[in-house]
Amino acid sequence: MKHNLTRLVSAAALATCAPMAWAADSTDPIIIPTHNWSSQIVMSNAVGQILESVGHSVEYVSTDSQAVYESVRLGDVSLELEVWEGAFGASFRAAVEKGGIHDVTSHNAVTREDWWYPMWSKEACPGLPDWKALNDCAALFATPETGSKGRFLGGPVDWLKHDAEKVEALGMNFQVVNAGSAAAIWAELGAAEKTKTPIVVFNWTPNFAEAVWPGEFVEFPTWEDGCDKNPAVGLYPDKVYDCGNPANGYLKIAAWDGMKDKWPGAYALLSKVSFTNPQIAEMAKLVDIDGMEPEDAAAAWLAANESIWKPWTN
Amino acid sequence: MTLPSATRQAPPQPNYTRVALILLTLACGLGLLKSALPSGFVRPPEWLILPFADWINGFFKFLREDLGLLTLTRAFADALQWLLDVTANLLYGKARWPRIGPIPWTVIAISAAAIGYALKGWRLAALCGGTFVWIALMGQWKWAMETLSVIVVATPFSVGLGLALGILAWRSPRFEQVLNPVLNIAQSLPHFAYMIPVVVFIGVGPKAGAIVTIIFSVPPMIRMTLLGMKKVPPEVIESGKMSGATPWQLLRAVRLPTARTELLIGVNQVIMQCLAMVVLASFIGMPGLGQKLLQLLQALKIGLSVEIGLTIVLLAIMLDRASKAWAVRQPEHHAPGSSWVWRHRVLVIWAVLVTVAFGLAQVVPYLHIVQRSQAFSIAGPIDALMDQFIRMIAPVTAWLRWFLIVWVLVPLRDAFLWMPFTAVLTLLAAAGWAVGGVRSALICLGFFGAIAMSGWWDRAMITVYMVCISVILAALIGFPLGIWAARRAARAQRLLLLCDTAQTFPSFIYLIPVIMLFGVNDVAVVAAVVVFAAVPLVRYTIEGLRGVPSELVEAADMSGATARQVLWHVRLPMALPTIMVGLNQSVMFSLFMVIIAAFIGTQDLGQEMQRALSSSDVGKGLVLGFAVAFMGLMVDHLLMQWSAARKKALGL
Repeated sequence: MKHNLTRLVSAAALATCAPMAWAADSTDPIIIPTHNWSSQIVMSNAVGQILESVGHSVEYVSTDSQAVYESVRLGDVSLELEVWEGAFGASFRAAVEKGGIHDVTSHNAVTREDWWYPMWSKEACPGLPDWKALNDCAALFATPETGSKGRFLGGPVDWLKHDAEKVEALGMNFQVVNAGSAAAIWAELGAAEKTKTPIVVFNWTPNFAEAVWPGEFVEFPTWEDGCDKNPAVGLYPDKVYDCGNPANGYLKIAAWDGMKDKWPGAYALLSKVSFTNPQIAEMAKLVDIDGMEPEDAAAAWLAANESIWKPWTN
Repeated sequence: MTLPSATRQAPPQPNYTRVALILLTLACGLGLLKSALPSGFVRPPEWLILPFADWINGFFKFLREDLGLLTLTRAFADALQWLLDVTANLLYGKARWPRIGPIPWTVIAISAAAIGYALKGWRLAALCGGTFVWIALMGQWKWAMETLSVIVVATPFSVGLGLALGILAWRSPRFEQVLNPVLNIAQSLPHFAYMIPVVVFIGVGPKAGAIVTIIFSVPPMIRMTLLGMKKVPPEVIESGKMSGATPWQLLRAVRLPTARTELLIGVNQVIMQCLAMVVLASFIGMPGLGQKLLQLLQALKIGLSVEIGLTIVLLAIMLDRASKAWAVRQPEHHAPGSSWVWRHRVLVIWAVLVTVAFGLAQVVPYLHIVQRSQAFSIAGPIDALMDQFIRMIAPVTAWLRWFLIVWVLVPLRDAFLWMPFTAVLTLLAAAGWAVGGVRSALICLGFFGAIAMSGWWDRAMITVYMVCISVILAALIGFPLGIWAARRAARAQRLLLLCDTAQTFPSFIYLIPVIMLFGVNDVAVVAAVVVFAAVPLVRYTIEGLRGVPSELVEAADMSGATARQVLWHVRLPMALPTIMVGLNQSVMFSLFMVIIAAFIGTQDLGQEMQRALSSSDVGKGLVLGFAVAFMGLMVDHLLMQWSAARKKALGL
């Protein structure tokens, strides 16, 4: 009960200071959604703790990472800290069109999502990361489901990755099998690691998997704007999707339209938040490799990186 | 006395079989002539497919925007939120009124043990107290309390709502007629189908988790209330009337207490259903164990997720045993003249211990909250074991995967997809006619006809194929296991406990090991489903065989039957109606699990359901949900009809 007392005292102290600092902000808690991957949870906790340090009350709620945009739009949750261009761009844009949610700022980070292999695949197929070399090794990646073709384990269908179109456009000897969840991909990777079976899967960065299984992205013909719509663009003049995914997707912060009026102070702070790829990877590492709890990891990260976030609070 | 095998030959009703055979021939004909059929006979034609999803979405839009139901549901949700905040403060110290929590774990463990002792003595006390000690020492206290803070609110709501609706249905037969089909559908809808409307009307978070849990757990309470009220003997009512009771007094002091056992079984069912939702509800914001479990699985931390799974199983077994003990408990009578302290000795000891625990918790923080860093963990050994197991079994699974995919699953799947939809419908009509004549045939046609009209025929067939193969494999495992276990009472007891555990163990944990063993494909899906589908088969086989009257077995023994003859000619035929209930449940469980197996990667209804959930598409989600529910209801109808006919034939 002792630490409760200190918590109470500090809460009371904050409560008396808070109105001075953020005169116009509502005292209702700011609702921050968390999803099921660690960097997002730690980042949410970190931003939540920054907001708490300047007197806001914050609550976390776990939600589905696609359905969350509907909730932000309705104001059930206040913001979303990781909007990935590739994975959630479509849901985000759809919600923006319906109204109620908007783009606050972008992190100083790039996201990349594409075909990826762990290092033991490269040992079996030394020509990697070139996609033509991958195609020549297709037989190494064959499974009973795909017959003589190599298997590419893609993400869930609703991530809309156009892998099958890519295979078709580049004339690859591969077949796309869609996993039902990210966890299914990790489970396959974990199993393949035990027997060092060559495997090529859909993966992205920043992501905890990089720390667990060192690996590389497959180098496809470079993405050019319009490669997905205009046949002339890309490697072949008569195909669409004859290129890799963009190697520098955005990572945005989105917020409920009402947040600006309800918590203007918090909104101003949020618009300054920006993390980089190494920072995000470090947050994920604290949880996935060091085994810390997300809230402790966030606190530890904030304590070690005051110079980064302190300026946001002014 | 005649052996049941003698009655077996009695033909059900000859004209049923004749029409059924004609229909069967017709179905085969449609299949054989597939290439000659117009395309409208192979797949549902364009004009037959109705935009159900749009209609449902229109209806929901009307409810939300024109009727203003949103304000109402949100107001209800806010009231619920207030209650959730209170329990959240008490159990894990969320900063809300009354701001006294969190209660030290020692206090809760002692209280649970005291309740256990009061209900059934030392063994239950050890189970109840031990569960909370395990939770605390494993460092899962906060998560478990987050889960319980929702369940503690959801359960009374469910029980109250179930009681009210049950009594209403009992008073008004017309209401019962409306309620019955609604309950049937509600109990066979996959969990995800419920969640989408809840997200739209309530939002996300603990309150949404609580509401989806309430909706999911209320049907058994309604059914048990109705059953209990109907079973109250008229003599009891008469004596109540003779004592001059008003209708309200009659209900409160006569009917409800008489129906106590049924009502408490209902409560038990509600609690079990609530726990079954712990993991799934975290998709829409239920905090606690389920949410943590999904996070850990996402990072492939199997050992830690198994720890959480064990906690959920322990909680379920504890609450199950405690509520059952409550159901059968008789009032205690004390010797006249015994003192107050003696009559309330458990209460007194509890009060003393709790005060001591509160005091100690102030001094020793470990007794208040065990931090994660101080927690025990068995994750290391579990992971190592899992690792060893996968390495060891890898050659076998690689072969099995190849064999099943190339020789069983792919051909079977192609066969299901090859069949013209008219042939499937005629086949089902034949099955219906064989079992229950024209009525059953029409019911089967109605259910599957609706699926054809939904426009999801191919995906529905893939779901059907996976359920069929899973139930067949489960039967190949479950029947022999059940028969073997039923031979000894102790063995049967142990296996039933294993069934309880397998059933309450969160299904999501199975998904990861089966992927590691078989990869992302149908073999993994079928393997995960078989685990679930086998449980009810084993359970009901054991219960059916052990429930055979001993006189029958003795009579057979005396007429010189060998053990094998007794099994095949006496015990199995007698147990068959019960085993059919198991088969029915097995199909239901498979349907639910196939939908969840979308997380492995499938191309069936489950995958679309997952998409509907992530895009909050109510119409699509419900249409898919109904398609799954109709499959379940059709199988339910066929098996129950058949089982009832068998029971009649056996004179049970």
